[in-house]
Amino acid sequence: MSWTTFDTWIAVTGMLCAISCAIPGCFLVLRKMSMMGDAISHAVLPGLAIAFFATGTRDSLPMFIGAAGVGILTALFTQWISQFGQVDRGAAMGIVFTTLFAIGLILIVRAADHVDLDASCVLYGAIELTPLDMVRLGPFELPRAAAVNGTILLVNLVVVILLFKELLISSFDPGLTDTLGFSPGFMHYLLMTMVAVTTVAAFESVGSIIVIAMLIVPAATALLISRRLVPIIIIACGVGSASAWLGHYLAIRIPPLFGISDTSSSGMMAFAAGILFTLAWIFAPNEGLIARFMRNRGGRDQPARDLTGV
Amino acid sequence: MLDTITDVLFLKDHNTRVVVISVMLLGVSSGVIGAFLLLRKRSLMGDVLSHATLPGLGLAFATMTALGYSGKSLPGLLLGATISGALGLLLMLAIRSTTRLRDDVAMGFVLSVFFGLGVAVLGMVQKMPGANAAGLESFIYGKTASMVLQDAQLIGGVALLISVLAVLFKKEFTLICFDDGYAAAQGWPVILLDVVMLALVTCVTVIGLQAVGLILIIAFLIIPATAARFWTHRLEYMILLAALIGALSGWLGASFSGIFGNMPAGAIIVLVAATIFLFSMFFGRARGLVPRLQDQLRLKRRVGRQHLLRAAYEILEQQPGPLANVPVDRNSLFEHRSWSRREFNRFLAHAQVEDHLETCTDDEILLSESGFGEAARMTRNHRLWELYLIRHADIAPSHVDRDADMVEHILGAEMVRQLEVELGNPGHFSSSPHTISSK
Repeated sequence: MSWTTFDTWIAVTGMLCAISCAIPGCFLVLRKMSMMGDAISHAVLPGLAIAFFATGTRDSLPMFIGAAGVGILTALFTQWISQFGQVDRGAAMGIVFTTLFAIGLILIVRAADHVDLDASCVLYGAIELTPLDMVRLGPFELPRAAAVNGTILLVNLVVVILLFKELLISSFDPGLTDTLGFSPGFMHYLLMTMVAVTTVAAFESVGSIIVIAMLIVPAATALLISRRLVPIIIIACGVGSASAWLGHYLAIRIPPLFGISDTSSSGMMAFAAGILFTLAWIFAPNEGLIARFMRNRGGRDQPARDLTGV
Repeated sequence: MLDTITDVLFLKDHNTRVVVISVMLLGVSSGVIGAFLLLRKRSLMGDVLSHATLPGLGLAFATMTALGYSGKSLPGLLLGATISGALGLLLMLAIRSTTRLRDDVAMGFVLSVFFGLGVAVLGMVQKMPGANAAGLESFIYGKTASMVLQDAQLIGGVALLISVLAVLFKKEFTLICFDDGYAAAQGWPVILLDVVMLALVTCVTVIGLQAVGLILIIAFLIIPATAARFWTHRLEYMILLAALIGALSGWLGASFSGIFGNMPAGAIIVLVAATIFLFSMFFGRARGLVPRLQDQLRLKRRVGRQHLLRAAYEILEQQPGPLANVPVDRNSLFEHRSWSRREFNRFLAHAQVEDHLETCTDDEILLSESGFGEAARMTRNHRLWELYLIRHADIAPSHVDRDADMVEHILGAEMVRQLEVELGNPGHFSSSPHTISSK
């Protein structure tokens, strides 16, 4: 299968989505809250269903508001349960998102009698279909999903650039944040809101898989390569966009080997991110397996060399 | 209608009986193993594993179809799921032990990459010529109601086996849950035990997929254990209770979904479990919100009473002449300590209820007979503590920060007598060893 403009648009949409996820993802990983994206993307189901019941349409805007609202609620409930119930944060997160998901599933099953609201479509999205829905933006014509994710990317960039110092300090030292006079709680909820909005925007246009992967994997890859925040964010963005491109390429190149036309691009994008992570895991300059191995060997030889004076 | 309800709840129908019992067994096993996961702070492991099984499911389906068998044979699918779950698990442990990334990143990585691969594989499988992949989605939402007898027996049997194994490994699991460093130093194979524990989780997850669905098995692993934690501090009871809660939500959830026809059983089970969780979070005896608030309130009252009586006694001491129980000016009592007007009034009200006050008007208060005695005792004990801390500071740190009333219990009669001598006349003690700062 040859690469067409259609494919370019899919890859570009994936890249925009990947970068907009990778930016808040770096902070999530630094704050040891990597699973938040997964929790939010499952928990938004009732938000979608309620928005649908309230408005009776599948318009994007009410859906977006409903889902983002529930996304933020997920973060709130998790915080409350872990704080007031003294429950481990991971467990609190698990309780909140599974319960919300269950509610959403029941609402959707109830609704399915009357309307066409397909849970699997809501969950997986379809990045392959995004170029069918083009919007005109000034002189350009681009897929709606690309426009949505591009906007979110801009917003995230602006927030991170404006509040870079605050985000940096509150990620590493909440106590210091408090002493310096701005609330770590506020920064926490700001980040959560950012994650929720990003997740839902991407989720609605391209499905949840890309979001969950791109929040974590590029940031984790970058952490293996660098130890400074600015390079980490830049590398994460690079890894995110590279895996989106590579993922779509794999999605249309691998299946023909088995006589099948193509497969889910978003799934392959997540998998491509995994491949890039593995490469970094092996070859990263300081943290990589090879570097570690060499260092260990050097370390083992060192005493002998010292003794023999070579 | 009522007949249907009782029929379903009491498992009259043979087919429902098998299904409900196997879901209950699943609840028991996930409750037991979930308790260890919670204590190991890996509650979301079920989340990771259930996503990590997806590529295995797809590949097993594709292989079986390619070999000419039915792609949807349960044992084959479960085998594929187990293998890919185990691979994800090993990858997670490898990332954790060879990089500086934490548990949560390793988990998130395995979850998302395997899930992505799984979706890609399923995408291919569904387009395979000659394959009927419809129904594979039931692994994501579960299909309790339509479980066939053999599936239910398989699930129930595996669940039972897992519960037994988890109980057999209780000592080892407890050790790595509470102190893995110590376990390693004692020579226990911590990584191997971790693998065993997570292998059991994998089995629960894989069999749970069929019964309650990919996402809701996560709830089964987390919620009963977390709810049980609110009721007890003892591990044995917690495991038992988690198993009970798991079984109860399995029973009620599966029955309700039977009664209400087309409701997804997994979702109802989760909602039942979540209700139990909420109840436990508020009323759990050991760590619930309400009992904890009650404890705090009780402590606050106790401390408040002690402060009030001591303040009154110190004011009485400062008055000229021999120490006698005379009315104390309410305002000077209020100003004796830094408490808010509301607190002060509340403590006075409590003191009245407890019969420590004879009269309490807007101007002055008078201690009752018992109140005066209690005040004297309290002040003496408090001063003994202070003196002890000042004179015997070298041995003090292990005994400080205790309730004033405990002075005799902790310090012993000998020490108390010595302190009393140092304090002066035991009946009538002079002022506090440190200067009382009044506002």
